[in-house]
Amino acid sequence: MSAISRRELLAKVGVAGLAAAVIPKTSAEDAPTLCIPTGDQSVVLAQETTHSEHENLKSDRPEGSEPSESNYVFFNREEAQFIEAAVARLIPTDQHAGAIEAGVPNYLDKQLGGAWGAGERLYTSGPWEPTRPGLGYQLPLKPGELFHTAIKAINTELNKSGRAFWEMSPDQQDEYLHKLEAGGVDLNGVPSEAFFEQLLGMTIEGFFSDPVYGGNKDMVGWKMIGFPGAYATYYELIDKHGIKFEREPVSLGQSHGLFMPNPNIPAMSPHE
Amino acid sequence: MPTVLKEVDVVFVGFGWGSSILAKELVNTSLKMVGLERGFPRFTSPDFQSPNIHDELRFAVRKAMMQDNVREAITLRHSMSETALPVRRWGAFLPGTNLGGSGVHWNGQHFRFQEKDFVLKTATEERYGHKFLDALGLTVQDWGVTYQELEPYYDKFEYLCGTSGKAGNIKGQIQPGGNPFEAPRSREYPTPPLKEQYNGALFRKAAIELGYHPYPQPSSNLSVAYTNPDGLKLKPCVYCGFCERFACPHYAKASPQTVTLPIVLRSPNFELRTQCQVVQVNRDSTGKKATGVTYYDAAGREVFQPASIVVLSMFPFNNVRMLLLSKIGKPYDPQTGTGVVGRNYSYQTTSNVWSFFDEDVNLNPFMGSGAVGTMIDDFSGDNFDHGPYGFIGGAYILAAWTGGRPVEQNPLPPGTPSWGKGWKDAVRKHYGHVGQILCHGTSMSTRENYLDLDPTYRDAWGLPLLRMTFDFPENDVRMIRFCTDRALEIGKAMPGSREVSSKIYGQRPFDVAIYQSTHNAGGAIMGTDPNTSAVNKYQQSWDVPNLFVLGASSFPQNGTYNYTNTLMALNLHTADAIRNRYLKNPGPLV
Repeated sequence: MSAISRRELLAKVGVAGLAAAVIPKTSAEDAPTLCIPTGDQSVVLAQETTHSEHENLKSDRPEGSEPSESNYVFFNREEAQFIEAAVARLIPTDQHAGAIEAGVPNYLDKQLGGAWGAGERLYTSGPWEPTRPGLGYQLPLKPGELFHTAIKAINTELNKSGRAFWEMSPDQQDEYLHKLEAGGVDLNGVPSEAFFEQLLGMTIEGFFSDPVYGGNKDMVGWKMIGFPGAYATYYELIDKHGIKFEREPVSLGQSHGLFMPNPNIPAMSPHE
Repeated sequence: MPTVLKEVDVVFVGFGWGSSILAKELVNTSLKMVGLERGFPRFTSPDFQSPNIHDELRFAVRKAMMQDNVREAITLRHSMSETALPVRRWGAFLPGTNLGGSGVHWNGQHFRFQEKDFVLKTATEERYGHKFLDALGLTVQDWGVTYQELEPYYDKFEYLCGTSGKAGNIKGQIQPGGNPFEAPRSREYPTPPLKEQYNGALFRKAAIELGYHPYPQPSSNLSVAYTNPDGLKLKPCVYCGFCERFACPHYAKASPQTVTLPIVLRSPNFELRTQCQVVQVNRDSTGKKATGVTYYDAAGREVFQPASIVVLSMFPFNNVRMLLLSKIGKPYDPQTGTGVVGRNYSYQTTSNVWSFFDEDVNLNPFMGSGAVGTMIDDFSGDNFDHGPYGFIGGAYILAAWTGGRPVEQNPLPPGTPSWGKGWKDAVRKHYGHVGQILCHGTSMSTRENYLDLDPTYRDAWGLPLLRMTFDFPENDVRMIRFCTDRALEIGKAMPGSREVSSKIYGQRPFDVAIYQSTHNAGGAIMGTDPNTSAVNKYQQSWDVPNLFVLGASSFPQNGTYNYTNTLMALNLHTADAIRNRYLKNPGPLV
């Protein structure tokens, strides 16, 4: 990690580098069977950022014109610190990539900063009443507002206690997440179980959705379970019962031109 | 003041399966027809093509093809004493939108109802006396149309779609390999069954061992290339595993885009207008004649389209809501049991069973199709004696993987942690090694389950949302428990099964956030008596004879099976009556 110390790196690169702090250091070193080239994706990101920062320092740019410290568009620094630490516990790194290597924080950031975060497909007219069993989500908050509100409450509470979520040990983090999941914690008006449900649901989405959405980097989620992605045909395989399908998965971003491999089933309009 | 357009002969509200098949049947008349669709136009090419269509997040998780509930939602309460709250996100059911409607994202599960379904009240009383219906508070009714009357239309729709399957009963002769419980059909399916999944093959072995009668699920995702009677060509399904909630890129799924629209849109007598939000059916001063419909176009301009015949053919909720907004038909009052619009809302009662296998048993769920199941009808409808049990109705039990989408089609054994290392280990261990069984059952109507307009919540046009008052009747809760137990027995008997689990959706309180079925039915039901039905057997309004209300809103209660084939048979039956009788002599057909 060059000559720069971990502490200096964190201070310089802020959010992007902090992810490194929440990954157990052993995850990269003790994992010879990792299915991605480096287990510690965020360290790579940090190195790249540091490198570019060094170049910037050499340049004659006026003060204040440095590139952004991170590629987050939605989360502020403290929110990103919480998110990176939390998703690393929800889908931890072991011999397989976890949420951090999959880029789940980036997925969450882009989803919450976009149409979904702004309430796409959500009926948002009042009046609002607390939900009842079977009636689903009833808060007036859109997903972006929900995350901002809840994370701020979490960070404020934990700062008062002297230890931020991302400074806790993994066991303490798990304990805290279990408390949120169990419910009953008031996060600035957001029931913690409502926030946790969306956090967990979107974390799993970011781990398993197509990489074009910014998570599931290098299809690590799909490789872990053997989901092949966007292949378009199993016509010759479906009745070969029990075969092990071992082809590399395919993302939407890769599969142009592959979509109709069987020339006997042309992708053309029958009406043309 | 609205822009008033030139009168047409027929205006269709909503342009999915129902409208497009009726328009297709009328295309050789001289009628001038206009189809109004609230959503966008879309076609197999280029809109449904790979790779983009193979996107679980966009289409399955985010539900890109469904009614935009930012603009139009419904509200739900579980009983009349509660305040309804909006269904702010779709979950339990997924009403489609855009050209082709729910007929684009359906799974192609192509069943007929059984003979007794159409005469449920009479048949139940004949076999069991009055004890069931009265004791269980059921308000089931006969449909006013019989299976025998609909059989030619079932047959016609199956041959338009090219449905793949194996007949079990041709003119009363039981056929080996088919479903021995099915109602007699006049001929074999147009195309042979799909290939069988490994999951289905294991289920078949277990079902035979237990003495049941497995057969291949009838599918309108086709097994072979097919040219239908209109000369339209469909292609074989390639089992891509993106069928339900998706559109077919391969021309392999029968849909409006492959079966009806190519003919309708070619007609010089037909005009399609998309992004048109109809808000009212207008009537003349007598109230007994529809004069046309009022809608807002894409730019928000108010337009009045005069028409001689108005056809409502939206998702059942929206048919009922349009009648209520237009004040057509007496609204149902659950206190007195009188009135017709909103009466007898029913649903589908379902559960899942999962059978967990060792890691070396590769079930490859991603090699799937929307209707690729292997199934039994031994516990469907009235196929077994309900005398010893405290309920009527039943469920089919089906083994299928429509796909292996990792976000949502990823069941884990009971007791698995919901996150963390335990979750991750379980996902890695079990994905691809789980058998899936579905119980898909009847839904009986009751006096308390109904639809009306919500007093509080409104849509983007300022109009009241539809309010659903619904919870699972005790009859249906008992039914699905019984059938789920049978499915668990089969799941355990699947060779190699290590463990089984189940999830019953048909239990109180009805959970609108968990997907169950998009077979919402009733609310503008058909029948023989204007006091207990909104439309006659030709889906013609009793109150306004030049208004036809097509679709599953006509069902007095819901049968065991996925309902598209049945509502399309009703629509073809209606089309014949309009073409052969109504046009010659407009007025009540009954």
